[in-house]
Formats: sequence, C-alpha cells, structure tokens
Amino acid sequence: MDVITEIEREQIISLLREGKRLDGRGFDDVRPVSVTQDRITKAEGSAEARLGKTRVLAGVKIQVGKPFPDTPDEGVVITSSELFPIASPTFELGPPGEQAIELARVVDRGIRHSNAISRSDLCIKAGAFVYLVLVDLYILADHGNLIDVASIAAVSALMKTKLPQVKITDEGEAEVLETTTSLKMGPPPLTVTFGKIGDSIFVDPNLAEERVLEARISIAIDGDDTIAAIQKWGATPFSRQEVTDCIERASKIVKKLRKQLPKG
Amino acid sequence: MVNKMSEKKAEAEQPLIDAKGRRADGRKLDELRPIKLQVGNLSRADGSAYIEHGRNKIVAAVYGPRELHPRHLAQSDRVLLRVIYRMATFSVSDRKRPAPSRREHEISMVLRQALEPMLFLKMYPRAVIDVFIMVLEADGGSRCASVTAASLALADAGIPMRGLVAGVAAGKIDGKVVLDLSDIEDKIGDADVPLAMAPDRGEITLLQMDGKLTPAEFSEALRMGEEGIHQIQEMQRAVLLEKYAQIREKIGEDKDAPKEMEEKPEEEPKVTKKRIKRAKTEKKDAKPKTTKKSKSSKTKDEGSETKE
Repeated sequence: MDVITEIEREQIISLLREGKRLDGRGFDDVRPVSVTQDRITKAEGSAEARLGKTRVLAGVKIQVGKPFPDTPDEGVVITSSELFPIASPTFELGPPGEQAIELARVVDRGIRHSNAISRSDLCIKAGAFVYLVLVDLYILADHGNLIDVASIAAVSALMKTKLPQVKITDEGEAEVLETTTSLKMGPPPLTVTFGKIGDSIFVDPNLAEERVLEARISIAIDGDDTIAAIQKWGATPFSRQEVTDCIERASKIVKKLRKQLPKG
Repeated sequence: MVNKMSEKKAEAEQPLIDAKGRRADGRKLDELRPIKLQVGNLSRADGSAYIEHGRNKIVAAVYGPRELHPRHLAQSDRVLLRVIYRMATFSVSDRKRPAPSRREHEISMVLRQALEPMLFLKMYPRAVIDVFIMVLEADGGSRCASVTAASLALADAGIPMRGLVAGVAAGKIDGKVVLDLSDIEDKIGDADVPLAMAPDRGEITLLQMDGKLTPAEFSEALRMGEEGIHQIQEMQRAVLLEKYAQIREKIGEDKDAPKEMEEKPEEEPKVTKKRIKRAKTEKKDAKPKTTKKSKSSKTKDEGSETKE
C-alpha cells in the first residue's frame, strides 16, 4: 500500500479546489509522452512508452493455434500484464493481483473492441488455424496512470508486429515459415484516464494524485472517434453529466495525443 | 497448438568457428561480446542497473534493507537476501509462459548465492534486501549478465559490499575453448561453464557446467572466464565512478555556482572545464577504494573535497 503524507494530501486537495495541480498541469494536460519501438529483437513487436516518468514495455509474441469454437474464422488477441517489483517498492511477487488483472483487461478491451485490427485478417484456415497475438505488458517504473501508458505501449508494439507466414501442408498441418508479413493495423484505440478528487476531475493522474484518488474513469477512444471501452474504478460515484463530460474531453485529448505518437 | 519452430535449421549446420579462427559473430576465441552498463535506470528502486551483454537486455532492481514480510522469514542475527530472476514472456523465441519455471527458480537460487558472500549480512538483522532481475531479452549467458547487473544495482543502492561480482560464461565450441558463449554457441556447442567471481578477492561465487570437457579444457575455460570477468569488473567500476563524478559535479555546482555567476557571468565554459578536470583527478584517487570499503572511501572523498 502506498502512503502519502497528510500535508501533501491536503496540498493536492486545496490546489485542485483552485483549479491547479501539484505539478503545474492544467486539468486536461497529459504529461510529456514518448515511444521507442522495436526495443526487443526476439519479440515479434515491441515498444517502450513513457508518460512523464512512468514507463511500460510491451512485447508481442505470435503463436499459431486453434480458433475459439464460437469464432472459427477469427484470430485471437490477448493482453496480459505483470506488476513485477522492479517498477515500484509496493509491487509484490506472486500471481497477478487485482491491479495487474484490471490493467491488462482494460487495455485488452480497448484493443479487442477497436476496428484497428481486423480479427478475420488473423485467420489462416477457418476452424483449424489462426494467429494468436499475445501482448505482454511489463511495468518498468510506476509514477502513476499505468493504464494509459500501457495502452500506448501495447498499440505501438502492435504497429510494428510481424506475422510469420504459414503454409498448410498436404497433411493439413501448419508449417511456420521464415518469412513474415506486417500486421495490418488502422488508427489505434487510445485510453485516457481521468481521476476524481472531490468535485475535481482531471486527466492523467500522477503517482501523488493516485494516492489521494477517490475514483477514476478510463475511456478508450477508437481511431474513428467512437468509444471502444470504459472502466470506472473506485467506490465514489460519478454523475451522468460528469461521465458525458469526460467522454467529450477524452476525445479532444486523444486527438492531441495521436499527433505525438508514432504513425506506424 | 502448434508453436513456432524454435531453431533455424540452417544455423545448426554452419561451423561455429571459421578457417581463420573467427566465431560466427566475428569474435576471437577469447573475446567478450559488446557490453553496455548503466546504473540508476529504474526510477522507483533504491538501486538499479541495466546491462546489455551481446543481445541480452537485463534490468536489476534493489530494495532495502527494508522491513521483511512475511515476518516468519526474518532471521534474528542477519538480513535476508531475496533474489528473484525472471524472464519476460517475449525475451526468447518461443513465448515463455508467465508463471515462474523450474529454471527461473534454480537460477534465482544460484544468483542469490553468487551475491550473498559480498554482503555484510549481520549489519541488518531481521530485515530483507530484495534483488529483482528481469530479463527483457535473452541471448545466451543471461544468468552471468544478471550477476553483473545485480551486483551493480546493490552498489547503486549504497549497500556496503566486500567487492563487486561479475559474471561471464566460458565453454567449448567446435572442439575449442572459448569465452562468452552466444545463444547459438550455447545451444549447439559442446560445453557451457557459467561463472561469476569477485575477481579482486579471487573468489568464485557461481559455477555451473554442462557438456563435456577434459580437466585441462576445464582449467582453460576457468582461466579464460576469470580474464573476461576482470575486464567486466573494470566496466562496472567505471560506470559507478561516473555516477559519483556526476553527483559530485552537481553538488559542486550548487555550492559555488551563484558566487561565480555573479562575478563572471560570461566565463561559464572555463569554469566547467576546471570542474571536469577536478572530477577526473578525484576519480583516479578514488579508484582502488570505491568497491572495497565504500564507507571509508566516502569519508575520505568528502575530506579531499573540503580541502580543495
């Protein structure tokens, strides 16, 4: 459990009441963002994303496997994450807990329900072989708002992903070839998270703000400006007006964010 | 489920050493792969290090000495050293399953035992020092590169140590003893000898072997490994000294910058030059002491600074 001093907590709250933030940002300002793609040569795709001092490394591995019975002509995209203790003194060893699972599932839903990757493109032979696209997220430094950084890392890694070509032999087996093709991808979904403290709702909470947070809402905006996923967290409610405001603000923030991210 | 082929057949048929005595990646028999070291790369750890050794990419984080949970593991007369070695799922050709494997458990153990002799365990009874190692990309010899990084991360955390440990593998490929096996040399070579040492103390703290070697070949591998470890140790020292030179420069600037700025605002470049020179001479002085007795060398450095 992260702790925060009483004086810092009070400072954050009283600044927010005046419409200010501890690090000087406005309520709709995201910390500086940067992305390095192709960090890991053994991964089929990889990227490290930074938002302020928060760093997440995403790697993509491709496997050839069977489709799910209810979607025989669609490939599979699965995102998982691990909060290994290198990223924070409060992360503990052991199987993924609540936070790691929520993180992976929110990022996963954003990608899964977006139009960016067509899952029928990932079908090799209907009912028999499809590509499994496995995105793994590793946090390198937690300075707040892991969800948004992880979503940037994941889509940036997918943009660079190479699919090994597969030949179906006469015996009906799948043979993985040395040659590759690029994974086709449209404008990616991006997730924007708002924190709520009292009546203040602000984007991209940093670590200090997260420790005071009463609730947050993450909104994945797809390439065509539709909403692909939403997650509300925390035992403090939002009003309907607050939620619709957040969606409007998220859409504007994502437009700006896209300009700062790699295009392919 | 059909997995990707793990090894390229073509590679296995190529000789590992060519007619001119060069290895597949162009190295001589006793040559290390390129190594890059960094300290303080993980912003939330108490100490951290990053190593690129060949294509290995490994980060190590150190926390502590800190309170130990669960409590029943506490030892009343010494600190517990906990070392965890993990590989990212995408660090190898075929995706590694996320749960820790038998291999990772064993390597965690030998790494702990490689580092433990360097610590003064009785300084921190009942506490824990945690060392977390994450292999982001593996390229043969990742456990040896992990020792090098973990030892640096412990030093970066300011934990007093008897010395630095560094690691490298030696082995045998195409009938010849060689230093620092690459991934492919490890997989299709004749023998692999992972080794870690505190070279200035002459202590071997990690030693494993698999394959087939004559006793004479084994001693040659050991000799070659020790030579390689000496070279890596020099790089470890250099990166730590660099870190402290930078801190010293920063502190120095903060102390006298306002004064100098007021007097001669235009001559900033000259001042920096002087400062770099000073840092360099101090670097030389401090060299033999930094790793052995971090406490005493620290007080000495501080003393020399006030003199100047």
